[in-house]
Amino acid sequence: MDPTRYILKMENIVKEYSGNRVLKGVNLSVHPGEIHALMGENGAGKSTLMNILFGMPVIHGTGGFEGSIEVDGQKVTIDTPLKAMELGIGMVHQEFMLIPGFTVTENIKVGREISHPTLLSRLAGRSMELLDFDMMARDARKALKTIGLKVDENSLVKGMPVGYMQFIEIAREIDKTGIQLLVFDEPTAVLTESEAARLLDAMRTIASQGIAIIFITHRLDEVMEVADSMTILRDGEFVARKEIAGSSVVEIAELMIGRKVEKLVDDTLEDNRIIKEDDLAVRLRNFQVAMPGEAVKGVDLEIRKGEIFGIGGLAGQGKLGIPNGIMGLYPAEGEVQIFGETLNLKRLGEALNHRVAFVSEDRRGVGLLLEESIEQNIVFSAMQVNNKFLKKYGWFRLYDAKQAHDWSEEMVKRLDIRCTGIKQAAGRLSGGNQQKVCLARALTLGPDVLFVSEPTRGIDIGAKKLVLEYLVKLNREEGMTVIIVSSELVELRSISDRIAIISDGKLACILKPDDSDAEYGLAMSGAYKKKGGGEHA
Amino acid sequence: MTKNKITSFLFENKVVVLFVFLCIGGTIASGQSMNFVVSELLTRIARNSFLVLALIIPVLAGLGLNFGIVIGAMAAQIAIFFTTHWGFTGVGGFLLTALLSTPLAVFFGYLVGKLFNNMKGAEMIGGLVLGYFTDGLYQLFFLFILGGVIPIDNPKLMISTGVGVKNTIDLKDTIKYSLDTVPMLTIIEFGFYIAVAVMVISAVVKLAKKQEVNWKRTAVSLVGLVVVYALTFLPAVEQFLSSDRLRLLNAVELACFGTLIWQAVKFALCKARKTDWPRNRAIAACIVAVVVYALTYVPAIYNVMVYVQLPVLTYLCIAALCFFNTALMKTRLGQNMRTVGQSRVVANAAGINVDRTRIIAMIFSTVLASWGQLIFLQNVGTFSTYGAHTQVGQFAIASLVVGGASVQKATNKQAIIGVILFHTLFIVAPLAGKELFGNAMIGEYFRVFVSYGVIAMSLAMHAWKKVVKPKLEANAAAGASPAGEAAQ
Repeated sequence: MDPTRYILKMENIVKEYSGNRVLKGVNLSVHPGEIHALMGENGAGKSTLMNILFGMPVIHGTGGFEGSIEVDGQKVTIDTPLKAMELGIGMVHQEFMLIPGFTVTENIKVGREISHPTLLSRLAGRSMELLDFDMMARDARKALKTIGLKVDENSLVKGMPVGYMQFIEIAREIDKTGIQLLVFDEPTAVLTESEAARLLDAMRTIASQGIAIIFITHRLDEVMEVADSMTILRDGEFVARKEIAGSSVVEIAELMIGRKVEKLVDDTLEDNRIIKEDDLAVRLRNFQVAMPGEAVKGVDLEIRKGEIFGIGGLAGQGKLGIPNGIMGLYPAEGEVQIFGETLNLKRLGEALNHRVAFVSEDRRGVGLLLEESIEQNIVFSAMQVNNKFLKKYGWFRLYDAKQAHDWSEEMVKRLDIRCTGIKQAAGRLSGGNQQKVCLARALTLGPDVLFVSEPTRGIDIGAKKLVLEYLVKLNREEGMTVIIVSSELVELRSISDRIAIISDGKLACILKPDDSDAEYGLAMSGAYKKKGGGEHA
Repeated sequence: MTKNKITSFLFENKVVVLFVFLCIGGTIASGQSMNFVVSELLTRIARNSFLVLALIIPVLAGLGLNFGIVIGAMAAQIAIFFTTHWGFTGVGGFLLTALLSTPLAVFFGYLVGKLFNNMKGAEMIGGLVLGYFTDGLYQLFFLFILGGVIPIDNPKLMISTGVGVKNTIDLKDTIKYSLDTVPMLTIIEFGFYIAVAVMVISAVVKLAKKQEVNWKRTAVSLVGLVVVYALTFLPAVEQFLSSDRLRLLNAVELACFGTLIWQAVKFALCKARKTDWPRNRAIAACIVAVVVYALTYVPAIYNVMVYVQLPVLTYLCIAALCFFNTALMKTRLGQNMRTVGQSRVVANAAGINVDRTRIIAMIFSTVLASWGQLIFLQNVGTFSTYGAHTQVGQFAIASLVVGGASVQKATNKQAIIGVILFHTLFIVAPLAGKELFGNAMIGEYFRVFVSYGVIAMSLAMHAWKKVVKPKLEANAAAGASPAGEAAQ
């Protein structure tokens, strides 16, 4: 490897989305034949950087970017994906770009079929050329051989194991002539361990042929195993470029998370809670949820009565699956106990009947009736579940408008919901106020256990603080058990008593808010269990 | 194992199986002679197959069942009106009409494709409504613009006021049967000239582009063509070929002998080139040919075969379209269409111009539909100005679906099977209704119910699959990974 030659050099990349700086002077440089890991939390700017590299329309439709890109020492402008392809840059996508109904050959050669001219094509152009399936199959065989996958190139992709599909995807990129740089976007996320190990082998084989690889992943252990060097991003900033050889796992984990824990919440409330270790609010045993993209694969968890319990982890690892599964929004298996009573997971509304309330992360989809008034939004769950706000007239019950009105007014005041009145449509409110309405509805149910999922997603700092403080207040004053699920470690660490980190659908460990950044980094990158496990807090 | 296979085969082809039973039952109940049913059926196959085959390309390109072929039919009808008005007759008139309708259909197909690109995922409902909408424009054109804006002096075609076209146009003296009755002799003669022309052009193009020309191969093909052409000058052959329709018996005999000769030639070629000879397939083909030939000696079948006459050129056109559909899918364009049909995202990522590919598919379909409508009208012989196109979409789509096609998948075979089954039911249902219930309308109701029902079922199953699939996949994904890890 020539240390002075770079196949790719991106320098001082700055990107703004409508005034919001998502990349603040990022550098990325890769040698030929090197496996270079690109690391960072969700929202660190990895995808934006890759979108720039591939000249995606999302970049150029929003005002382009600053900074320079050099490919093999030549300054280039990449303004379309096609240009990137011509420069020999390829991408192995996280979600497979394969066509199930096509054969392996057809998938590898899609858009780049080999054809020979006919009389008609001489008159009507290239599109009427006949395909040469023999030549295509030969190329496909060659590409498959390079990465060491033994599969009949004439069989359909439909029904193949996920691992094979990943390899076929790679074979397609390899088959492109003049490929110099391959980007792997979290390739191991969907693979089993043995498949992942084979993939890493294949990556080494590819790199040994002089093709550089950018390896985007959250898994530190894989990086340590396969990569030569790495670039770490954090909040759109360039943190470091390091050679793997001279660095330790702990060091890297610290660099990824590395930020001071700022207290988001003022600790003015008295804490006179008595939390007993054996007095459980929620108990999960081998809990599994089939939530697409957030699958939970067997979690055991004990949440004590009266505590604020945080659930963290990177996107797609399954943390969101836990509350959604308990509430019955996605098919779930395993055992769930609420205050010692086992839930029947097959029955919708079972959790609600056990005085569990949920504020969904999908405010506009699941959380709110966007066209309905604030009042309706606040009272309708309680009306359905607890028969509140209903007046009885003989056999029937009618809506008790006055009671609903009074209660809604009170909630608006208590939560400081900024609106023109309780008749305003919920869809018209700002994100923070919508979140408060969701919270108000959950509280109207009078729950003992409250699940709050991504409570601060997409809301401004002021509203964020208010929501978090209110959760603390509920916990301290009313003794409500609050479980907060969030991608933002800072907010979890500022209010929770204990924090569970979910990685790959399983519990990585339970940490205290004041544990070190390195420990959080390791837990979230799935390297924790390999280091010998941690002491449970 | 075999039992399972049979069950799954029946399940996968449940629609076809159901209709086979309906057709057999209906035919028996109708109490009609086979002569009548078969001759009627073969007429209808000739009439309708082309339209149904025109639906295949959009299905493969992911546009679903193209209800927009109505618009192709309208293009054909506009062309027919003008050629009738100008007084062109015979096969020349027919070809001129086809020539005239093509640019119209290309233009309409382009517009429809543009529209469909703006409503991806809702092409079918869009096409259906578009059919109704364009019917309004069509009526405006025929009722007001013809005569009202464009002066047309033709009392035979126009309403007595001179504005607007009459309800029916009789094609008896113009292009009725113009395609059906072209004698085989003429077809072979023209075929010969065209083949020679193609060879010459091919050689010229290759020379102009300074590519190598395989002179030996060209010479051999040329000699072969001349020999075939010379054969037609033998008096016996000439007399046989000069009749304008082909008796079904002769067609079957020709097909059987043709198969045997073809297999023999293939055998000789394989031996000469020392390539593999597909023994089992060849023997199976020969046995089928012999058995079919033997069957023609069964008196009941013989009677039918002697009675029924086939329009040769029409069937050749249908065969040519089948060939075209297959050949197109082996070209770069066809592969692009299939890719777009399977996944627009993947196609886009692979650098295929999705919108353009879809528009081309729509243009193909619309042009083919317009030719199909011409074939239909020349066979029917009268042209109902305001009604001929209205049912085209529904009937063609019902036929295709009855043949076992779905919104995402359709083949030539399904189209032909579908036409046979659907139109058998078309013929026998009213008669069966009359025999069984003393009222032809009941059978007619049943047929209408079935033909629309099967479209509705196909669309509902398509929608259902779309809803169920992602759910199953999510479950499978969630269930698969723990199992995979446990296995280690």
